[in-house]
Amino acid sequence: MANPLKCDLCDKPATVHLTQIVSNKVHKVDLCEACAQAKGVTDPSGFSLSDLLLKASLNPEPAPGAIRCESCGFTQGDFKKHGRFGCPACYDAFKGMLEPMLDGMHKGTKHTGKVPQAALARQSLHERLSKLELDLSDAIKTERYEDAARTRDEISQVKQAPHQSPPR
Amino acid sequence: MTIASLIASPSELTDAASNKTAIVLMTRIRLARNLASQPFPGWAKPAQRTHVAEICSAAVASASPLKRSLKVTVDQLGELEKQILVERHLISRELSGSKQGSSVIISKDQTVSVMVNEEDHLRIQVLRAGFQLKKTWNVINELDTALEASLDYAFSPTLGYLTACPTNLGTGMRASAMMHLPALVISSQMEKVVRAVNQLGMVVRGLFGEGSDASGSIFQISNQTTLGESEEGILKRLTSVLQSIIEHELNAREKLLEADSGKLFDKIGRAYGIMQNSHLLNSSEAMNLLSLIRLGIDLGAFPDANRSTIDRLFIEAQPGHLQHAQKGEFDPAQRDLLRAAYLRSEFANFVHPDFSLINASGKN
Repeated sequence: MANPLKCDLCDKPATVHLTQIVSNKVHKVDLCEACAQAKGVTDPSGFSLSDLLLKASLNPEPAPGAIRCESCGFTQGDFKKHGRFGCPACYDAFKGMLEPMLDGMHKGTKHTGKVPQAALARQSLHERLSKLELDLSDAIKTERYEDAARTRDEISQVKQAPHQSPPR
Repeated sequence: MTIASLIASPSELTDAASNKTAIVLMTRIRLARNLASQPFPGWAKPAQRTHVAEICSAAVASASPLKRSLKVTVDQLGELEKQILVERHLISRELSGSKQGSSVIISKDQTVSVMVNEEDHLRIQVLRAGFQLKKTWNVINELDTALEASLDYAFSPTLGYLTACPTNLGTGMRASAMMHLPALVISSQMEKVVRAVNQLGMVVRGLFGEGSDASGSIFQISNQTTLGESEEGILKRLTSVLQSIIEHELNAREKLLEADSGKLFDKIGRAYGIMQNSHLLNSSEAMNLLSLIRLGIDLGAFPDANRSTIDRLFIEAQPGHLQHAQKGEFDPAQRDLLRAAYLRSEFANFVHPDFSLINASGKN
């Protein structure tokens, strides 16, 4: 950056320089007097570094060629303005700018917690069925009738046991 | 269940206070969840918000802890009712100011609340009086699993639960404890504690969350990060931070008694006198005086049984509760008169402090 002493949140000169070490990672924030006051840096009871880092990371110049989420129409400019995404698919669309941001914001960049098993099983069952149906029509088209019969059996099997995980 | 009967019945915080809650008043966990392939509430069009609200409300209302619950949309609530729910930590300020399609479902015992179309499609919350992180997690985890059986959550194997704001990614979990830390405040150690807690990846906030002040020496301590660590890992880390804060608070109490017990007894005694005799009390002063009397109870100058009265008054001294009890809307100056009158009547028969019962260890 050309001028390292500019406030991370506005363009005024930064006079408050905050360095925090959270879980062995160094986080630095430079703020002007007014933003430091407004963000509660001087008031320890109402201060969250991760919120600050989020806002600060919104400010560096966006890459040329604005990215847009195909699914909901959300743009990088919208994210800069709101600090929130438009829809779940935005996380794919804005992957590039997300990674460096998450690195400073969280303990890690990979989820290691709870997984919604039921919802995922439902999803994978759905995917498996559509793949089998594709296989079936393919087998019929190419006149592989033995394969077709086997696939049809498999489909009815999967449909009959909707709550079991698909056989390997 | 109606909003009126919910307000009339005691909340978990106001009536369940026991010995164990001496320093940790309340434990709270919330999970942020969203539906797959639906825009987040802040970006959704009104019709999409309504659609999401219908799907979510139906699923939530049929979950077992919420079967006989209050289900209400935000626009059905009056200003005072919203304020009371905020003061009981059952809805957020953000929800109370939100647009069409936002609603809340609150369990009969007021320990479970689910906000629909707040910042995320679902904000599931469970609260318990006292230091109960494990139990609270078990309850909310079970409810979340029950909801997932009928709702398709937005989830990525690498990023976890997808949330409107990237600061909630991963577990989508914020676990917090509301702590009463008067001795750390009196001995000016809070700033040091906040810095140390921040360094351990936890956040300290005032009673009503972000930006609120810490009147009554009540602080909320919660995890700062949600991604890269399991729920159990976060809770374990938070538990050890809370335990060390409790230890520091107890040490600070001991030191205050050792160094100048006269000064401390004077503060508590004066707080008692003001409660019985004042005619003007703003909510911040009332909170600070109640905090001193609660410290007096913890130290043994008042009987333990009175702690739940103070915890109830912490809530009833808030503007929303006060106005509701007086059946009207009043400006701040009138409220200060009414608050003082209310507390005078509550303290008219409150047992006298007996400072000879305090032993030097600071723990009764």
